[in-house]
Amino acid sequence: MQKITRSVLIEKAEKLLNDGIVSRVLGWKNGDFSYDITPAIFTSADQMKKDFVYGDFCGANFSKYLVKETRKDEGKILVFLKPCDTYSFNQLLTEHRFDREKVYAVGIPCDGMIDINKIKLAVGDGIVSVDTDSEVIKVNTLYDGVKELAKNDLLLERCANCKSKKHVAFDELIGETGETLENNRFDQVAELEKMSADERFAFWQNELSRCIRCNACRDACPACTCEKCVFDNPNSGVENKSPANSFEEQMFHIIRAFHVAGRCTDCGECSRVCPQHIPLHLLNRKFIKDINEFYGEYQAGEEVGSRAPLVNYTKEDIEPIDAVNKGDK
Amino acid sequence: MQRIGVFVCWCGSNIAATVDVQKVAEVLKNEPGVVHSANYQYMCSQAGQQLIKEAIKEHNLTGIVVCSCSPRMHEATFRKTAAAAGLNPYMVEIANIREQCSWIHKDIEEATEKAVVLGRTAIAKVNLNAPLLPGESPVTKRALVIGGGIAGIQTALDIADAGFEVDIVEKKPTIGGKMAQIDKTFPTLDCAACILTPKMVDVAQHEKIRIFSYSEVEQVKGFVGNFDVKIKKKARFVKEDVCTGCGLCTEKCPQKKVPNDFNLGMDTKRAIYIPFAQAVPKVATIDADYCTMLKTGKCGVCSKVCTAKAIDYTQKDEFIEEKYGAIVVATGFNPISMDKFDEYAYSQSKDVITSLEFERLMNAAGPTAGKLLRPSDNKHPHTLVFVQCVGSRCSSCAEKGKEYCSKICCMYTAKHAMLTRDKYPDTDVYVFYIDVRTPGKNFDEFYRRAVEDYGVHYIKGMVGKVSPEGDKLVVQGSDLIANKQIKIDADLVVLAAAIEPDKSARPLATMLTASMDTNDFFTEAHPKLRPVESPTAGVFLSGACQGPKDIPETVSQAGAAAAKVIGLLAKDKLTGNPCVAHSDEMMCNGCSSCERVCPYGAITYMDKEFRGPNRTTLIRRVASVNEAICQGCGACTVACPSGAMDLKGFATKQIMAEVDAICK
Repeated sequence: MQKITRSVLIEKAEKLLNDGIVSRVLGWKNGDFSYDITPAIFTSADQMKKDFVYGDFCGANFSKYLVKETRKDEGKILVFLKPCDTYSFNQLLTEHRFDREKVYAVGIPCDGMIDINKIKLAVGDGIVSVDTDSEVIKVNTLYDGVKELAKNDLLLERCANCKSKKHVAFDELIGETGETLENNRFDQVAELEKMSADERFAFWQNELSRCIRCNACRDACPACTCEKCVFDNPNSGVENKSPANSFEEQMFHIIRAFHVAGRCTDCGECSRVCPQHIPLHLLNRKFIKDINEFYGEYQAGEEVGSRAPLVNYTKEDIEPIDAVNKGDK
Repeated sequence: MQRIGVFVCWCGSNIAATVDVQKVAEVLKNEPGVVHSANYQYMCSQAGQQLIKEAIKEHNLTGIVVCSCSPRMHEATFRKTAAAAGLNPYMVEIANIREQCSWIHKDIEEATEKAVVLGRTAIAKVNLNAPLLPGESPVTKRALVIGGGIAGIQTALDIADAGFEVDIVEKKPTIGGKMAQIDKTFPTLDCAACILTPKMVDVAQHEKIRIFSYSEVEQVKGFVGNFDVKIKKKARFVKEDVCTGCGLCTEKCPQKKVPNDFNLGMDTKRAIYIPFAQAVPKVATIDADYCTMLKTGKCGVCSKVCTAKAIDYTQKDEFIEEKYGAIVVATGFNPISMDKFDEYAYSQSKDVITSLEFERLMNAAGPTAGKLLRPSDNKHPHTLVFVQCVGSRCSSCAEKGKEYCSKICCMYTAKHAMLTRDKYPDTDVYVFYIDVRTPGKNFDEFYRRAVEDYGVHYIKGMVGKVSPEGDKLVVQGSDLIANKQIKIDADLVVLAAAIEPDKSARPLATMLTASMDTNDFFTEAHPKLRPVESPTAGVFLSGACQGPKDIPETVSQAGAAAAKVIGLLAKDKLTGNPCVAHSDEMMCNGCSSCERVCPYGAITYMDKEFRGPNRTTLIRRVASVNEAICQGCGACTVACPSGAMDLKGFATKQIMAEVDAICK
């Protein structure tokens, strides 16, 4: 696969900016550390040449940013979309969350992004820089010198279990689009299903007890674009802004999983951004697995306007009692 | 803070015998918001209602809770009571301490405790109630009747006689339906055509009735009082307003081999035809599948012989759009297909026929001019076997037949048997039955006459097999009373096929968002108390589309449906149900989830301008609920991801407060 470089993207953006097709570019720039990449808006090629970065830490899913950006009356915005991002892009379009006319989407291929936490686990603290130019990742550390790691061992969970290399939405492609992939993303869910209810409760209690209610999962989730989130709404009865009681452990993530059920594209942003390393994607995947098993395979965002099984009714739909019995192990 | 009054009803001893009503009233007095609490023997009585009215005034009540029977029973009563005392009627809540408490419990202590919980729950809800005002919508004073059989005809006549315009849409070229095909009617044995055709003429001549024959309903939009309906008038290739119905074309048409569906394919008709002599409208129709002119462009005989110049080979389907205030479904029934019942040899022998085919064989206007002749060789049959419940009451063979009783077969079989014996005393007539069901005026007497006066052999038992052997049909069955197997060499076997709703009913129900049962019969709003109304407001049910029924029952139901339609059309404005969905625009994402789950099509979207920060404006897509269409089912409220959708009178907050009150 063609390795996409920073200069290829800048060149593309510069042309689109100069031709007047787009007025802004949604891209990435460095954060406090080189592996701590943050989304940014660029309005000129010069700006991009100065700050724009692209590399193996550019995991952020940009689709959600379009909701706010397209509301600005400033012409079209250029967005670079990895294959998995395009699913969120379509899902948001299905929900009429942004104006497609105001976006110029350039699909870029992706061979997986790196999880900095896996590097930290492997080398410990004191990472000075990470060289990701080849398949062997070289980590320069403060205390231990340069350490070499294989990229395949460092992929983000969602990339290790990549569901698709296919772009389902774009105006233009750089490189080629791929195909949907066989993957093992439901294996861990299946393991949880095998547990007894008590074991499963204990598992989640343990995981969710770490939640500090920073709301990062919600803020990054491309399905969480409500004008007013129920957790910010005093009238909802579940408004809460601090981990003051066991609400986070017991309800917050479950409510969120229910809210995105049938709409979640399994982009994995929730787990990627969680500072407490809670495997939140497993909750969503349980829903996806159930939906697939009960109503037939369904991939949210695969096509614009598709009717998710949970907001659709057919005579062949499973009876609620059968669904309950299936879950009752 | 609300000022709530609690009124605990004894319902005579219905409640008071199992619930300590005094104690309930006392305990509930201490609930938040409650300022007055009373109990009385019959709250729904004049005196009871007076008690409530006085309390509302005396204590300045802002809401009331009546602990009594089911809200289905008296919610409307107490709402009126409250309104009479100046309280908004939607500030009334009912705690059902009869059906849900006293009637199902024996222990007074337990029942009293539960009654308190139920009362507390209603109080928790009233605390969050807000006065609601129902909206109004105008009524189009015209009714649409779908189906032109006896049900549709009677409904249309009754509505039109009350002075309202009625349109009948009939998919066949003529109105009349199944009754036009029937020979005689039980239990009086008068000729079906003799009593039906005058009604058909009445319809044709009624100035308030329009007939759209050879037409189908294509699309239905709108809601009670304001339906927009698109009707497809299929091309019949004959100008309806020009054709005189002289029938010359139907005699001269050279294409003679068209199966005659009016006689159930037992004889043939021409490619241009008038279904039967008394058809209404009496206008010819060309069958495009058989017409040589339409298929090859060579012929044109009908056009040449037509003195009125009514033939138009270029005619196209025409679409008519009309507004209606009410819609009556009268789509009727059909006998089920006998394909899956090969044990009766229906497909193997022409002499195994269905009861409806038998009607045509006995009818003077039928294929044999009323002589009973076997279809295979036109010989007079001597031994006839009637088999009842073919496909009816078929619980073990649901994939073949129907689980329900088709209701009319016992009586028409008795009629057929009696008529056969009456006209042809040289025949032996056997009837195989599971039970003979004769609940109806003069029905049992009729059946007894068939057995006692006409000597029809009734055999309790089912037929296992019919096998054609030579020119005989060997019928093997069991006689359960004599407990033996019997074999009859029959000349003609008549199957009382189960009846099922017309196939057009299912897609129509979807268009009307009217509900159906698993057998595709339309469901009524209440099986006992609202039998001719569909749960969908403005849609009414007439005849066999709602369930198997005979002619007298159909006609009564048709009249009842008409009365309901008249009651609706007589109103200038309709008061809606204020307990409908409402979208909070500030919270709405415009995601369409609610629109997708709405079974009534009540939700649309609009782009609305909102104020943004720093003096900017922002156009956002938001949901808007048509309160006249919304039935308040609440599907949207659970589909809405942001909680922008809520149900007035049943807000999420109110429901949660009720749950909390129960769990307290």
